[in-house]
Amino acid sequence: MGKAMNNREGAVMILGGGIAGIQAALDLTELGFYVYLVEKSPAVGGVMAQLDKTFPTNDCSL
Amino acid sequence: MLTNADFLALEGTAGNFTATINLRPRYIDADACTACGLCTQYCPKHHVDPYNEGLAITRPIHIDYAQAVPATYYIDPSSCLFLQHETCQICVPVCQSHAINFKQQPEERKLHVGAVILSPGFGKIDPKTLAKFSYGKHPDVVTAFEFERMTTASGPFQGEVKCFSDGRHPKRMAFIQCVGSRDIGCNNGYCSSVCCMYAIKEALVTKEHDPEVDITIYYMDIRTQGKDFDAARERAEAIGIKFVRAKVADVTPWENRLQLTYATLDGQHKFEPFDLVVLSVGLESPKDAQKIADITKIGLNKYDFCATNGFNPLQTSQEGIVVAGAFQGPKDIPESVTQSSAAASLTAATLKKVRGKGVELKTYPEEQKVAEDDEARIGVFVCHCGINISSVVDVAAVANYAGDMKNVTYYTENLYSCSQDAQEVIKKKIKEHKLNRVVIAACSPRTHEPLFQETLRDAGLNRNLFEMVNIRDQCSWVHAGEPELATVKSKDLVRMAVSKARHIQALPEQTVPVTPKALVVGAGVAGMTAALNLAEQGFASVLIEKGESIGGNLKNLHHTLAGDEVQSHLKTLVDKVKQSKNIDVICNAELVQTAGFIGNFASVIASGSGKDKTEQTVDHGVIIVATGGREHRPDKYLLGKSKKVVTQQELEKQLAGKAKTRAPGSIVMIQCAGSRGDDLNYCSKVCCNHALKNILKVKEINPDSQIIVLYRDMRTYGFAEDAYTEARKMGVVFIPYEVDRKPEVTQKGAKVQVRFFDSIMQEEVTMSPDLVALSVGIVPDDTDTLSKLLKLPVTANKFFLEAHVKLRPVELSVSGVYVCGLAHGPKPVDETIVQAQAAAAKAAIPLVKGYVKVDPIVSSVQQDKCIGCGLCVSLCPYGAIVMQKVDGKRKAETVSASCKACGICAAHCPTFAISMGGFTNEQLISQIEAFGATGDR
Repeated sequence: MGKAMNNREGAVMILGGGIAGIQAALDLTELGFYVYLVEKSPAVGGVMAQLDKTFPTNDCSL
Repeated sequence: MLTNADFLALEGTAGNFTATINLRPRYIDADACTACGLCTQYCPKHHVDPYNEGLAITRPIHIDYAQAVPATYYIDPSSCLFLQHETCQICVPVCQSHAINFKQQPEERKLHVGAVILSPGFGKIDPKTLAKFSYGKHPDVVTAFEFERMTTASGPFQGEVKCFSDGRHPKRMAFIQCVGSRDIGCNNGYCSSVCCMYAIKEALVTKEHDPEVDITIYYMDIRTQGKDFDAARERAEAIGIKFVRAKVADVTPWENRLQLTYATLDGQHKFEPFDLVVLSVGLESPKDAQKIADITKIGLNKYDFCATNGFNPLQTSQEGIVVAGAFQGPKDIPESVTQSSAAASLTAATLKKVRGKGVELKTYPEEQKVAEDDEARIGVFVCHCGINISSVVDVAAVANYAGDMKNVTYYTENLYSCSQDAQEVIKKKIKEHKLNRVVIAACSPRTHEPLFQETLRDAGLNRNLFEMVNIRDQCSWVHAGEPELATVKSKDLVRMAVSKARHIQALPEQTVPVTPKALVVGAGVAGMTAALNLAEQGFASVLIEKGESIGGNLKNLHHTLAGDEVQSHLKTLVDKVKQSKNIDVICNAELVQTAGFIGNFASVIASGSGKDKTEQTVDHGVIIVATGGREHRPDKYLLGKSKKVVTQQELEKQLAGKAKTRAPGSIVMIQCAGSRGDDLNYCSKVCCNHALKNILKVKEINPDSQIIVLYRDMRTYGFAEDAYTEARKMGVVFIPYEVDRKPEVTQKGAKVQVRFFDSIMQEEVTMSPDLVALSVGIVPDDTDTLSKLLKLPVTANKFFLEAHVKLRPVELSVSGVYVCGLAHGPKPVDETIVQAQAAAAKAAIPLVKGYVKVDPIVSSVQQDKCIGCGLCVSLCPYGAIVMQKVDGKRKAETVSASCKACGICAAHCPTFAISMGGFTNEQLISQIEAFGATGDR
């Protein structure tokens, strides 16, 4: 996501890097905005990264 | 991406915020760390692993999981011996890349941002609430989160389900629903909306591990209201998982097992012994919700979730700050994903003027030329997928086997080929060994091929010089019981891929321009919201409506469960749409024909009728399908035959009127009338809330009204549970009925009579209410026509089928076509609005870019071989082949951007003039020959 440059125009901060934050970040970058994804834990992924399979199709969650 | 970061402050206003972030030290230099894991092996201190819900021990210096992003280890200061006691430091010399740096200090950073999206997720239920179930007192009572880690193949027990007390495999297991939700005792009056689904999922997974285990789910209502979710519940029942409607009082240790005390509907107290008890814990507001609210000055609701309004469900009380995911209210993955896209589109609209100013485009190194006659130098990477593959397939043997094959220059094994460090290894090896073809034997190309192709591009290789072999699904999973044969099959598949790889060629990357306009089909709340959002992002749309006027189902609604006025909101919405310069509304219109492909559609729209009927052609880049749905009218319970039997929508209209008798003195409501396995095979999601909305209105007008609700499961998920609680407090009686004992409605003179079995009193009851209100469900409006016209798949229930139920909930399988609202599935107004905003976000992506990339795997016609028979044109399901005159002769040509690479044309061409990129006859034949040639490498 590039090196930190704190004075960009058209930047958005997303607080929380779970599935919701990640998806919003992906969409916003595709829509032409720079995103700071701020996550309090050492890695993004949130709770979904802890799940094995997902309902109802039991697809892999990672 | 700023991880290990705390949010400290936010100043300024929309368009011009300054956020202060504190970056906590990882004590490891992220650029130097190779994620080799040596430090964790040497670290002497134990550390409870929060990633595994405390079920495993790791070290203070560790990484949560192999695929973690960023793929950098970190030191948890709370247990590190050096950071706590200034001793040890064993890790420092162990690290070969000198990445460990105890001198790192916290760093405060100011971010200038135009907008903020809050997606902090959810918190966990306080263990104190779980104490009555012996959680924390007996090791065999676990939360569903802990159990999830237990059943995970990559978890601490490799997916083995066992009792913590003595390691035995449980014979009898119970799930207790609504732990910490729908529980006023812990101040969580709401329903967490996900627990029923995950409990069923975990129960099904457990049954897969051990079909003998006896599982009972204790529940109040099973709330599988999502699209096609009921089917999973039925599947669970079919394989013997028991569902018992009961309230569990407590769980107590009993001999070496657990005793569960519960009360059934008829008031009986029962006891049941179990080996393992799983608590289906709810979702709470995030732990730092109050802190976030203090910093951002946003409002919270009474449960400390973010407060929003039903017509603008993601807008917080502060301009420029929107919310997405579970912080807005407990919800599942697809709804979170939908909200995230919607939040992105709202933000994109706010910041329209500065779009594109802050981004750098990713650049790739120049592509290395690979000529047809260059010697193939193939690299083979065989993946362990943790133990997903390696527990069955002998991965080393497969890799060594590949290593002996002709043209294989390099081969190796990866623990997780998808991890970030593995990508670096692959890139390095491509360069080091001058590889010009890559074969990866791992999991499904459906999920991981794009990742590996990106890695190839980063290494300067055309992404089509790649073959993927799925030895997980096709070997270790389906042949789990026969490891030796699974290994042989893996070798076969790898041999075939390598053989094909010798013949694969680079394919060109193409792009086509996009017409920056959308066609929105259907002008209900979904279509209007989507068109308005696109307009706010600066894009034009043509909004077509088959009816006389725009507004859709909202015209029939009067108020929401939260008490908001529908008609005034509808008026605002309609006015906005009409006034928008970016929206061209055509009523009495229908889509007659659509040609083209993403970025370049041309549609014929017919409008008017009779003599005034006109047709016009519109060029557009994307399509949003918002064709909606309507109330189902079942031929049951005297609906349409007696004036005393109405639908909830009719009751709503009556209640909004002025008649003195509009709120009758006695009402019986029948839920699921015609739904859930009756005329309609699904749950319509909105009917329970609709019933409660009317109940509260009736009670407001006529507090003495006697109301009885006959239901199967009350599905007032999320905060709507409050309304259910309120109704019960007001004396409304809710009585469940079984599907084999449905209520009956008969005509008795001028009266209607309702007969039902009272499962609480255990007796037949007959009564003659003033009114019977039916909750009838929702059916999609004609999806057949559009499905054929645009080649869109629909579900068995005739709703449009999204591209991926979890991760691509508003995209359809045809590129450039998106869906929202009731056409996708039954849902309430707030969810429809969010989904429409999400569809607008996805539709805006190609419009913003101005071009679309064409997948390189398309058909191509070798025109000197083409005899112009036209068979391919008639067979192509996507209209992607056209006939053209070349030197006076008819020749076929592929429209690359429309081609879906199905291969029908190539298979039928009588002169073999058509071939598929990446699947040429030569490549496929070599693959087939390799299948038979077991001895030949």
